[in-house]
Amino acid sequence: MALDRKIAYINLSTGKIETKPIPMEIRKKFLGGRGLDAYLLYNHAPQGCDPLGPDNPLMISGGILTATCASATARTHIMAKSPLTGLLGSANMGGFFAPEMAWAGFHHLVITGKAKSPVYIWIHNGRIEIRDAAYLWGKSTTETQWAIREELGDEDIKSAVIGQAGEKLVRYANVMTGIKNAAGRTGMGAVMGSKNLKAVAVRGTMDIKIAHPIDALEYNKRFIEGITSAKVSGTQGSLGTPFIWGATNSWGGLRTRNFQYNQMEYADDIEPERLDEIATETIGPHHMTGCFGCQVHCRAQYKIPSGPYAGKYDEGPEYTSLGAFGSEPDCRKAETVLTGNHLVNQYGVDNLEIGSMIAWAMELYELGIITSKETDGLDLRFGNDEALLEMVHRICLRKGWLGDVLADGGIPASEKIGKNSFEYLVQVKGMSNLHSDERGTPGLALNIATASRGSDHLRSRPAIDLYHLPEKIMRKIYSNPVPYDGPLSSEHTDYEGKPWQVFWHQNCFMAVDCLGICKYHTVFLGATLPNFEDWPKVIYYNTGLEFTPVELWEISERCNNLERLFNLREGLTRNDLKKGDMLNHRYFDEPTKRGAPDVVGLTIDRQKFKKMVDEFYNHCGWDKQGVPTSATMDRLGLNLEPSHLL
Amino acid sequence: MEKVLTVDYQKCTGCRLCELVCTVMHDGISNPARSRIKIVKWEEEGQYVPMICQQCEDAPCKNVCPVGAISRDVDYGFLTIDHTLCIGCRSCVSVCPFGAMNYNQIDKKVFKCDLCGGQPQCVRFCDMKAVDFVAADNMTTIKKRNAATRLYASQKHATAIQEQI
Repeated sequence: MALDRKIAYINLSTGKIETKPIPMEIRKKFLGGRGLDAYLLYNHAPQGCDPLGPDNPLMISGGILTATCASATARTHIMAKSPLTGLLGSANMGGFFAPEMAWAGFHHLVITGKAKSPVYIWIHNGRIEIRDAAYLWGKSTTETQWAIREELGDEDIKSAVIGQAGEKLVRYANVMTGIKNAAGRTGMGAVMGSKNLKAVAVRGTMDIKIAHPIDALEYNKRFIEGITSAKVSGTQGSLGTPFIWGATNSWGGLRTRNFQYNQMEYADDIEPERLDEIATETIGPHHMTGCFGCQVHCRAQYKIPSGPYAGKYDEGPEYTSLGAFGSEPDCRKAETVLTGNHLVNQYGVDNLEIGSMIAWAMELYELGIITSKETDGLDLRFGNDEALLEMVHRICLRKGWLGDVLADGGIPASEKIGKNSFEYLVQVKGMSNLHSDERGTPGLALNIATASRGSDHLRSRPAIDLYHLPEKIMRKIYSNPVPYDGPLSSEHTDYEGKPWQVFWHQNCFMAVDCLGICKYHTVFLGATLPNFEDWPKVIYYNTGLEFTPVELWEISERCNNLERLFNLREGLTRNDLKKGDMLNHRYFDEPTKRGAPDVVGLTIDRQKFKKMVDEFYNHCGWDKQGVPTSATMDRLGLNLEPSHLL
Repeated sequence: MEKVLTVDYQKCTGCRLCELVCTVMHDGISNPARSRIKIVKWEEEGQYVPMICQQCEDAPCKNVCPVGAISRDVDYGFLTIDHTLCIGCRSCVSVCPFGAMNYNQIDKKVFKCDLCGGQPQCVRFCDMKAVDFVAADNMTTIKKRNAATRLYASQKHATAIQEQI
C-alpha cells in the first residue's frame, strides 16, 4: 500500500545508500510530500549551512496520495535550503515522476554530499544505484531524459533532471521532468548542480495496494465530475494558465515593465486566444495535455511558428512565461514568448525569476544605472525582443558580466551593480514575485509578503478573493474546518478579513502539498472545488488512514510552523527587506497607473499593511516578531524538534 | 448487443488515468504494469496513442494456445483466459500483433482486457472520449459523418468560388 513506500538516504560523497520504512507516527504528524520534507529539512540541514555545499540535504518526494486512485496525484515536491534566498527552498512540479518513484518503492529521498564527478541516481523497483553522468553533462533537460532512456533501454523511465543552468549554478535553476514540468522556484536545480547530480531516474512496477479499491474508484469518479463541472476547470482545460494572465491583465493586476505599470497594452498577439490559435495551427484541434491522472489537462502543446527556432515542439506557455517574455519586458510578439518559453525549458531555469531579473535590468538600463558597458553593448531597453532572448542565453550560461551577475539572483546582483539598483528590485526574501501586481489587492499583497519561500502565489494566495463571492459562500469556505466569525470582505481592495483568508489558504495549500495533488483540484481557483471536507475520505479509501478535517488542518499548521522555524533559524526577521515579511517600497509609494477604475491610483497602505501582518501572525499563533509562541509549539507538538526520528 | 472499444488517439491527453483505473478495478491495486490499456507516447512530439486489445475475430492468442485456455465470452464478445487451464507458456504474448496480451511478473500470469465485464472503466473515466465503447454495428457512423462533413464543406467552398467566377 501507499504507506509502505520507503525513504532513502543517499550520500553522494561516500556512496552510502540506506533505505528505511516511514514510521506511522511520522505519517500521522506530517503526512508526506512538502510537510514531511519540511520535517526532514529541519532535522537534516545544519544551521547556517552553505546552500551550495555538500551539507545541504536535497529532498525529493511524492505525497501520501501519490499514485493512488485519487485525482491528479502527479506532484513531485523538492526541498532544500535555497541558494537564492538563504531560507526555505521548496518547489513543486507535475508530470509523471513522483508516481513512477512510488511504483519504484519510494516516497521520499534525502540526498546529501557531493559526487566527485557528474552522476545520476537510478532507482528501479527498490534498488538504488549511483551511475556515471559524464556523458550527460552539458545536455539540455530533454536531451538528458531521452539519453537516460536510451542508455538503460526502457522508454518508461521518468527522470527529474537539471539543464545547463543547474550545472552552471544559476541560483534559480530549476529541476525538470518531461517537456516542461518544472520544480521552478528557489533554485533547487542549482542545489543538484552543486552536488554534481545531473538527474534522478526512476522506474517501477511494484504494486500499491488500495485500501478500499471500489470505494476509491467510485469516489474518484464523483470527485472528478465535481472538478470538471466547475467552469474554471473547463477554461483551464482549453486555454491553460494564459487565461489567468489575460484576465489579470484586463483588470490591471499584471506587473508590467518591472512594476512601472500594472497592465500591458497592445498585447493582442500574446492573448490566450491567439496562443490557442497557434497551438491549433501547429498541433491540431486537440492540443491540450495533462499530468498523471488529471482531467483538467491545462498544458498546451505548440510548435514555434517562426524565427530561428521555428518548428521546435514545446509545451506551455504558462502565465509565468507570458509574464517573463511578454508583459515584464513589454515584448508583444507570440514568437518571442514561445521561443523564450522553449529556451527556459531547455536550459532548466525558473522562467519567473529570469523574466524578473531581465525586466529589472531593463529598467536599470533605461535609468542609466547600468550602461552598455555592463551589457557588453546589448541595447537592453524594454520592448527589445532580441536583447531579451540574448539575456536568457547569457544568464543560463553565465556569459558576459551582466549575465554572470544576474545569474546570482537579485540581492547579490544589486550589491554588485550598486547605486540605488536595490530600490527597483521587486522581491520578498530575495525571490521575485509572480508577474502580478498586488497594489490593488491587499490580501494578495499580504500573501506574497509572508509566503514561506519568498514572494510567491502558491503558498497562501486567496485567489478566489477576486471573484467577489457572496458573503454566505465566503463564510462557508472560510469557517471550515475550524470556526471563524471575524470580518470577511468580498471586496478585493479591502484590508478587512484578509489575514484570515491568507492564513486559511496557507493551511489549505500545505495540506494539498502534503497529499501530493494539484492545486487546480482544490479551492484555489474555484469556490466549489474540493476542500478539507473531501480529503479525509480520499485518504481513507486509498490508504485506510483515518483523519478528520480538523486533524488535517492541524497537520498543515504543524508543517507551516516547521517551515517558519527553519526560516527563523536561518535569519528571517519581520521587517528585513532582504529576509523578512516585508514588501518593496514601491508597493507603498508608487500608485498604480492603469487598470479597472477600482484599482487605478492605489498603493498598499503602510499602517494597514502592518496591521494585517499583526493579525496574520496572531492567527498563526506567532508573536509580534513572527515567532511561534510556546503555546503554539505546545499545541502542535513541536517542542522537541528537531526530534531526529527520520 | 455487441459493443467494441474504439480509440481516437488524437483526443488522448496522455494522462494515463485509464491505466490507473484499469488496475484498481481488476486488482484493487495501483500499478500500470498490470494495466490492460497502455498509452504509448512520443513525448518529444506530444503524441499519445492508447493501445488496447482488439478482441480479434481470428484471434492469434486463441489460435496459438496449446491447452485451449482462451475462449470468447458469449455475452460481450471479448476473449477471456481460463486460468485453471492456462499453463503460463506465454505463447499468446508472443503472437499478439498489438502487444495487448500482457504478462504479469508478480503473479506470473498472462492477462488481457475483459471489457470490465461490460462496463470498461477506461471509457468511463476518459472525459476526452479518446477511448470509447460503441455498438459494433455502429462504430463507423461518426467517422463517416466526419469525412462526409469535410467533403460537403469543400463542395460548398468550390461552388462558392465557381459562383464568384
